[in-house]
Amino acid sequence: MAPETKHLKVTLETQVESVNLAEEMCLRLAEAAGFGEDECYRIGMSVREGVINAFHYGNQEKPEKKIYLAVDLTAEKMIIHVADEGTGFKLTDVPDPLAEENLLSTSGRGIFLMRAFMDEFDVVKAQTGGAEIVMSKRLPSAGSPEANGNGSGSHGSSPHKEA
Amino acid sequence: MALHLTPRDSGAITVVDASGRITLGDGSANLRKTIRQLVEESHCRIVLNLADVDYIDSSGIGELVSAYTAVRSKGGELKLLHLTKKVHDLLQITKLFTVFEVYSDEPSAIRSFR
Repeated sequence: MAPETKHLKVTLETQVESVNLAEEMCLRLAEAAGFGEDECYRIGMSVREGVINAFHYGNQEKPEKKIYLAVDLTAEKMIIHVADEGTGFKLTDVPDPLAEENLLSTSGRGIFLMRAFMDEFDVVKAQTGGAEIVMSKRLPSAGSPEANGNGSGSHGSSPHKEA
Repeated sequence: MALHLTPRDSGAITVVDASGRITLGDGSANLRKTIRQLVEESHCRIVLNLADVDYIDSSGIGELVSAYTAVRSKGGELKLLHLTKKVHDLLQITKLFTVFEVYSDEPSAIRSFR
């Protein structure tokens, strides 16, 4: 018999508090699924950025709109969906935050961080008509080499200047 | 955890000790308010001590960049001190290490203004 897929679905209000709430819920799921500290941080940050994207860009901070968070926990990976009620967007239209001309931009790094921190990342058209971010992280038990990494604390002790 | 910011003078330099998270909402707004106030008071040589900041999201990164440009536009400088590993890694992957001057000890950060 195939292992059971666990599924969580939550409808969030378009408000700043939803960002923290979504992050906390997914962090608990990630910890329970066996992810190490570093991977939990990356998953939490990605969920946070996904909900910020829905809150700010998708729903334009309009409180009458909703944010839809869904998490699927399969035998192999944790899959996270964040959908909004905006008009959608194409990944190809998102400016590269690493381009010289964008380095001093005060926004536009959320998609980049999600792509950097998750194993898979895509944006599709949501049933609501808005954008749906779909991202996943392979479970530690499924054999990802870095999935159980740990590490925290201050960086280095020797003086350095990188500018 | 809310962001707490405590400015203190070190000669002609203002060191701002930060603790907590710089994230969407109060954290980012608090940083913006503090830096803008310092700039208005002509304190434009600033070291932001991030030793007790272990979490910054994209909104917080945007606010750091905004603070940097606000200070520079007044002829001043904003430098970063004591990055935690997570913040260090975040600035590295976003290439902001090429923008900010970063120090791991306060005397060196202070001396760099002279």
